[in-house]
Amino acid sequence: MAEVLERIGYEVDFPEAQTCCGQPAFNTGYRAEAREVARHFLGVFRDAEYVVVPSGSCTSMITHHFAELFPKEPDMLAAAHALETRVWEFSKFLLEVAKVDDVGARLEEVVTFHDSCHALRELGIKQGPRRLLSHVQGLELREMDIPEECCGFGGTFSVKFPGISGGMARTKLDSIVRSGARAVVALDASCLMQIQGALSRAGLPIRTLHLAEVLASR
Amino acid sequence: MSVVFDEKIHQTLDDSKLQLAIYTATGRLMEKRREAVAAGILPDYQELRTQANDLKKHTIENLDYYLEQFEANVTAHGGKVVYCKDATEVADFVLSLARERGAGLIVKSKSMTTEEVDLNERLEHHHLESVETDLGEYILQLAHERPYHIVAPALHKTRYQVADLFTEKLGVPNETVIEKQTMIARGVLRQKFLAADIGISGANFLVADSGAVVLVENEGNARLTTSAPKIHVAVAGLEKMIPRAQDLAVFLKLLGRSATGQELTVYTSFLSGPRRGEEIDGPDEFYVVLLDNGRTRLLADRDKRQSLYCIRCGACLNHCPVYRKIGGHSFPWVYSGPIGAIITPQFLGVTHEPGLPFASSLCGACAEVCPVKIDIPQVLLDLRSEVKKTEAREGHGKLERLAFRIWAWIMRHPGIYEMLGAMAASVAPPAENAGWLRDVPAAFNLPPVRAWLSQRDLPPPPARSFRQMWRRR
Repeated sequence: MAEVLERIGYEVDFPEAQTCCGQPAFNTGYRAEAREVARHFLGVFRDAEYVVVPSGSCTSMITHHFAELFPKEPDMLAAAHALETRVWEFSKFLLEVAKVDDVGARLEEVVTFHDSCHALRELGIKQGPRRLLSHVQGLELREMDIPEECCGFGGTFSVKFPGISGGMARTKLDSIVRSGARAVVALDASCLMQIQGALSRAGLPIRTLHLAEVLASR
Repeated sequence: MSVVFDEKIHQTLDDSKLQLAIYTATGRLMEKRREAVAAGILPDYQELRTQANDLKKHTIENLDYYLEQFEANVTAHGGKVVYCKDATEVADFVLSLARERGAGLIVKSKSMTTEEVDLNERLEHHHLESVETDLGEYILQLAHERPYHIVAPALHKTRYQVADLFTEKLGVPNETVIEKQTMIARGVLRQKFLAADIGISGANFLVADSGAVVLVENEGNARLTTSAPKIHVAVAGLEKMIPRAQDLAVFLKLLGRSATGQELTVYTSFLSGPRRGEEIDGPDEFYVVLLDNGRTRLLADRDKRQSLYCIRCGACLNHCPVYRKIGGHSFPWVYSGPIGAIITPQFLGVTHEPGLPFASSLCGACAEVCPVKIDIPQVLLDLRSEVKKTEAREGHGKLERLAFRIWAWIMRHPGIYEMLGAMAASVAPPAENAGWLRDVPAAFNLPPVRAWLSQRDLPPPPARSFRQMWRRR
């Protein structure tokens, strides 16, 4: 992601104090723990002009849920709201802030695109990544019949309900196989970990790629 | 999570025929809905959803006003409104009515609200025969099962299973053609309609400005239930209220399409009061039982009371990848799927099945298709937080809480975070064996890791962290 952003003319900083947005705790019901991690996050990124995130899910946590964590702390609430408009999911940043849809990438591959749930339904990201992929030289996109169906990851859901989560992954795999693609592209590393883990277990020779990896290829 | 919940989930996951039946049936309903709300067919679909949400929000926030208006209008039409606090009060009302009128046979049309209060079982306990007349519900009553789905109660039953059931319970020859099975049920049920003393229905909508009960259905059995017997009792949750008859223009457009992909169901009945003097059809007595059963408690919760907006279309079930894996009977109450996952803990308490709000990947497909725009994932998140607070209060789940405390502490200490990452990487398998892991070193063989590995492989830790690569640039 850093390579792509630099290629199109941005200066990229990686604040080394960053860790996590706190979503794992928030989604498991531990709001106090999530609040402390969110507080750390807000401190680390306070002065950033833009925060570009290689994940729809983390972006959504920051822009949709941080404010819920600080109902009794006006300063933190203001900090959360101040950051909301500066935090961008990677593909959305490229298209809507940088206004670039061709980053000069080249990749000889037949891919299918998995719509990550939070990117799709909370951030409204659907056509953007496909537009970016359409400008990658040598790349062919083959849509799945159920691109919008959840891969089954769901954070701690994947280990609290492994049977359901694994079943959902296999349903997704069937659709990936039917698409005839040799690689699956998504916006979230978490979906890709679930899908690749299931692909590996099924012994299927299909690889997973983050959109940033595709766009960095040349 | 309770043992029962876990067992039911695995029973369903392990039944490949059932898996296919659920996936196919819900998939068909998804497809029909998609066609029915497509932009070319219903261009104002999103606008209708917004209107429906606004109307429900307004009604729920002013429910006291509309309840009074509804009651006044029902009374003016010669009917009677009966307020019931809980299941016992509903059963007691029907029982005393039956006793006073000397009634012995009751016919019922489909109603999730009566399922919610176990009305059939309670009536049978007092030797009153109560017969379900919706085909799916009739099948389930014969099988002694609960509805599998809010709209399609017998969704999990194949026609072969129904054939065997009819042979066993009704003594008819084995018949696997669905149309003929329908005729068998019809033959039995027609006699029940003619002999019944009381008809009990649910209500899809209660219209405040006209005191009307609105019922939508496809089989005509609700119309018979509410008009053939001398007494009609409609049992409805308080939240079924809408302000005006004209608001049905919004809700009826959404309900059929969201549920089954129909523009309108085959029958839409508007029932207000008993038969008037000059009318030929209709009951002599008309009662509307308004059930609370925990609903007024939800009214007090500003964030979660949107759960009461639900019009029971079942679209969230069909689109839920979790429901499509675990089916309806895994859920701890009569309401299944995403809507069941948010209302069960609120009606029965979060400790009734503490695992329920967590049985979701939070994918949001439910909220996307909800015709009244209930933010189901958000309510699930709020409920998860409540479960954890309750666990902390009662001293449960200590290990997980401790793990998250430690995790949160590490996340606030980037140096430790990096050091632990490096430690994990140091035990990674050698590079030439860099495939995905099926086993992990004993030190990492923890329950969540085992749960992950039961279904999928695990990525090996990278040889070099992003931070290291970044510094070397």
